[in-house]
Amino acid sequence: MEVTTKSMPYEAWKDNEYIENLVDELRAQGTNVLVGSLDKLINWGRSNSLWPLTFATSCCGIEFVSLGAARFDMARFGWEVARSSPRQADFIMVAGTIVNRMVPVFRRLYDQLAEPKYVIACGGCAISGGPFRKSYHVAKGIEDIVPVDVFVPGCPPCPEAMIYGIMQLSRKVKVERFFGGVNRQEKQKDFVDEHPMAKEAEKIINGD
Amino acid sequence: MATIKENIAARFPQATFEDADVLLINIPDEQLHDLAAALRDEYGYDYLITIVGVDRVQSLGAIYFLSSTATNQEISIQVATTDRENPALTSISDLWSIATIYEREIFDFYGIKFLNNQDMRRLFLSIDWVGYPLRKDYDNSPENNAPSTQNERQSDFTQVYTRREDGSIACEDRAVFQPDDFVVNIGPQHPATHGVLRFRTAIDGEIIKKIDVYMGYIHRGIEKLCENLTYPQTLHFTDRMDYFSAHNYHHGLCMCIERAAGIEVPRRAQVIRVIMDELSRIASHCLFFGTYCMDLGATTMLFYTLRVREQILDIMEKTCGARMTFNYDCIGGVMADLDPDFVKDVKALLATLPANLKEYNKLFVGNVIAEGRLEGMGVMSREHAIDWGVTGPSGRASGWACDVRKTHPYSVYPEVEFDEITMTEGDSMARFKCRMLEIEQSARIIEQLIDNIPEGDYLAKVPKVLKLPQGHWFQLVEGCRGVFGVYIESDGGTSPVRMKFVTPSLNLAAVTDSITSGNKIADLITIAGSLDYIVPDMDR
Ligand code: SF4
Repeated sequence: MEVTTKSMPYEAWKDNEYIENLVDELRAQGTNVLVGSLDKLINWGRSNSLWPLTFATSCCGIEFVSLGAARFDMARFGWEVARSSPRQADFIMVAGTIVNRMVPVFRRLYDQLAEPKYVIACGGCAISGGPFRKSYHVAKGIEDIVPVDVFVPGCPPCPEAMIYGIMQLSRKVKVERFFGGVNRQEKQKDFVDEHPMAKEAEKIINGD
Repeated sequence: MATIKENIAARFPQATFEDADVLLINIPDEQLHDLAAALRDEYGYDYLITIVGVDRVQSLGAIYFLSSTATNQEISIQVATTDRENPALTSISDLWSIATIYEREIFDFYGIKFLNNQDMRRLFLSIDWVGYPLRKDYDNSPENNAPSTQNERQSDFTQVYTRREDGSIACEDRAVFQPDDFVVNIGPQHPATHGVLRFRTAIDGEIIKKIDVYMGYIHRGIEKLCENLTYPQTLHFTDRMDYFSAHNYHHGLCMCIERAAGIEVPRRAQVIRVIMDELSRIASHCLFFGTYCMDLGATTMLFYTLRVREQILDIMEKTCGARMTFNYDCIGGVMADLDPDFVKDVKALLATLPANLKEYNKLFVGNVIAEGRLEGMGVMSREHAIDWGVTGPSGRASGWACDVRKTHPYSVYPEVEFDEITMTEGDSMARFKCRMLEIEQSARIIEQLIDNIPEGDYLAKVPKVLKLPQGHWFQLVEGCRGVFGVYIESDGGTSPVRMKFVTPSLNLAAVTDSITSGNKIADLITIAGSLDYIVPDMDR
């Protein structure tokens, strides 16, 4: 199965292996024809209308603004509906540095996103702390805080790279099981078990 | 200068003087307040540029940089305390309102308590933060202050420290808000705060009573990072504070280092730097129009203004290789020579600019809704602007001629003709228009230079290992949002002992409280937006 998005030839992608693994995984789980077809239909819709949360902490966020304007025009892909409330958004594009004071706020935003939710780590800061990695007040990447779906390197990544990143996300969405969603919940649980910081956040939500 | 020195020496016999690039007066803490008051009221040093905290290992101290708005002379005062356990200095926040914030920053970084400051909380770090990060003996082990998803503990109280008769220090807790205040929280995740800034807003009905500006959501500790890097390595951070003034800030830091090291910058590089600065200014103001109008509901404006910005970014990308964090100016000149198309592209930009500006005027400035929402909103008087150190277009819209390109001319600015735009209204509309007119002036500067870029080297010979002599330097430049200052202190090594960045956005955010109170909460966005602060720039 060739998973691709609009007008992008399959061979042009750089990491088809990864997506093919996901496809195999999906096949191995097995579903009946009806649910499978419904999944496909829904995923077709979802992957073409991914709504981002308006979330920018620093420099990378400005390139995200450029993405919204006429030249790079993310409306072509159905991503232009940037929501200000996490409850209406599909994914967070973490554009900018996450510092200690921001960590709980950021985790809360993530928790408020409605499932299915995705995270794109955009720029060196979100990936690893970037130029500020050695600072006393900077989180060394958001991977310890929330599960990340796509990494977009750069400082800042150029808008084209951001487009590529979100397109990758929409490819991932296409090969997901929507009904049941068991795999998603399990993944969340695995993540929480492995990451102490996420565990803390979980405790707060559960009220213990 | 000599006369001031003599006068002060006569009045304050304990004062000692140090002739650096800015005259430095050392004074014991007991006389600081008197000296500052005398300098402000009698000698006209009415603008407090910044307060720099310093850790000299045996002592902790603060350096106050003052400037006169009439003569543009600068002077600095230094006080120190040897008590590292419980350091305290006298506050001057009753003389300059902005000192409240500056002193809070120093308290946050060095733990120095300022006596009589009415609001002595930490500024960027949480109340549970262990240690004071800019002290030389700060323990940066990750166990101490690890990031955590636990909600930050917050207090509704602030502290006021005073000295008792017997010399000990008294601490009094004071509530930030009145008990019956209705407090609305805006931010840090809010589309109209332009980044992660938080306003705790006390309102009475729809009227704003008080705003507590809560910063630190993007405090990245740049000043501390610089202390462990060599001088060329520190440069790139300036790109990431106010990312719209990347060239201007780079220019400032490079100039400060060059002056300290005695490096002569080739003329070609100087002209290129100035052209880049002005292009940045145009791009920055354009983005301001776009995002500001979008905040007010005029979404389309963003598409119009970003057109010009993209054109400029293309020009820069061709020469610098990046769209945003250019890292183009370097010590001794610029990183690379101009792209062969540069002159042609810039001329094409200049040709389209007037038509674009006309369009913006037509679309927004003359619009009745815009007029209704901006005019008379958030009025700031000249005195108010000086009191809070609000510089840049926001300060000039209040009638304060604070353009560093005119007050402390640097690089090739003295040779070009341009007008400093000042206005008198001081409202949001004036701030908006001021930027519009500044674009014209920037274009004028570029026009004069673009055909006269001299041939020659673009980079001076700079030693591979750059060491600055012992001493300290202070440099101001005009960023896109106001006065950007660099303070460097060197012990003769390859990295600075203290590097302080004076950023305009901190003042712009701090002044929000006093110019919005009494207005409706819906106008908060109009007023705060018109100041055009950049959050990473204030938090550093
Ligand atoms: S990755 Fe670079 S451009 Fe992006 S937020 Fe970090 S420092 Fe800024």
